[in-house]
Amino acid sequence: MRIITLFIFSFVTWCLLVWPYNGASGTLDMQIIIFGVLASALVTWLFHEILITHPHKWYDIKRYFWILCYLPVFAFYCIKANIDVVYRVLHPKMPIRPGIVKVKTTLKSDSALTALANSITLTPGTLTVDITENGYLYIHWINVESEDVERASEIIVKKFEALLRRIFE
Amino acid sequence: MSNAVGLSMITLGILFNFFGCVGLVRLPDIYNRLQASTKCVTLGTSLVLMGVVFMNGFCSISMKAILCMIFILVTSPTAAHAISKGAYLSGVELWEGSVVDQYKAHVKEEER
Repeated sequence: MRIITLFIFSFVTWCLLVWPYNGASGTLDMQIIIFGVLASALVTWLFHEILITHPHKWYDIKRYFWILCYLPVFAFYCIKANIDVVYRVLHPKMPIRPGIVKVKTTLKSDSALTALANSITLTPGTLTVDITENGYLYIHWINVESEDVERASEIIVKKFEALLRRIFE
Repeated sequence: MSNAVGLSMITLGILFNFFGCVGLVRLPDIYNRLQASTKCVTLGTSLVLMGVVFMNGFCSISMKAILCMIFILVTSPTAAHAISKGAYLSGVELWEGSVVDQYKAHVKEEER
């Protein structure tokens, strides 16, 4: 199961990268397809044990729907983050109050934690420094609003947790 | 029309990249600088690639641009975590104006 999943995934990525379909003549380039099969087989043989741990999650259509819901939320916070950074950088007095705070998350799986850490890094004023085994994240905050673990978690983590749990867990 | 949208997105992306560089120069310590550079460069480069997608329509070039965007969105924050954690563990101090450092206790506990 994992082998098939990774093979399909790498072959689709290959096809998107090289685009074997020729629109003008309407034919598929067989050389590219054969080489893609060989390359995907190599990737699958080398990495099938570490890259895909729960193959059944890849066939759950609901998860792709939640990814589509997640994209606009993420884009909104990403743009807000950039306007925030531009404001702080261009302001003559540089209104920053940096510090490293600790927040708690209830997400468990590796992929969900990675996605959460990446989302936190790209959202307003926060940068993940470290994740511990027992579900705590250390976050560098450019404008510390609260040093309390619960309150900080509510501000930073909560907006992503529900969606990410539906996507990855 | 799509040409105009694409060009304005590319302009906006280059502007965000520029502000990221300004932040890299103006902000005081490595963690704040990482914040500015990671966020602005990720969104700026994504906007440039989106502009390419809008200018070319649906073809092999825009597929490559979209894939590049996904890879940048995944790898750029990860690189920022690696740099910030490495900097902290190798002893780079926070800026003296920082208000709180709850990571220090954790690092001390790990060392013991």
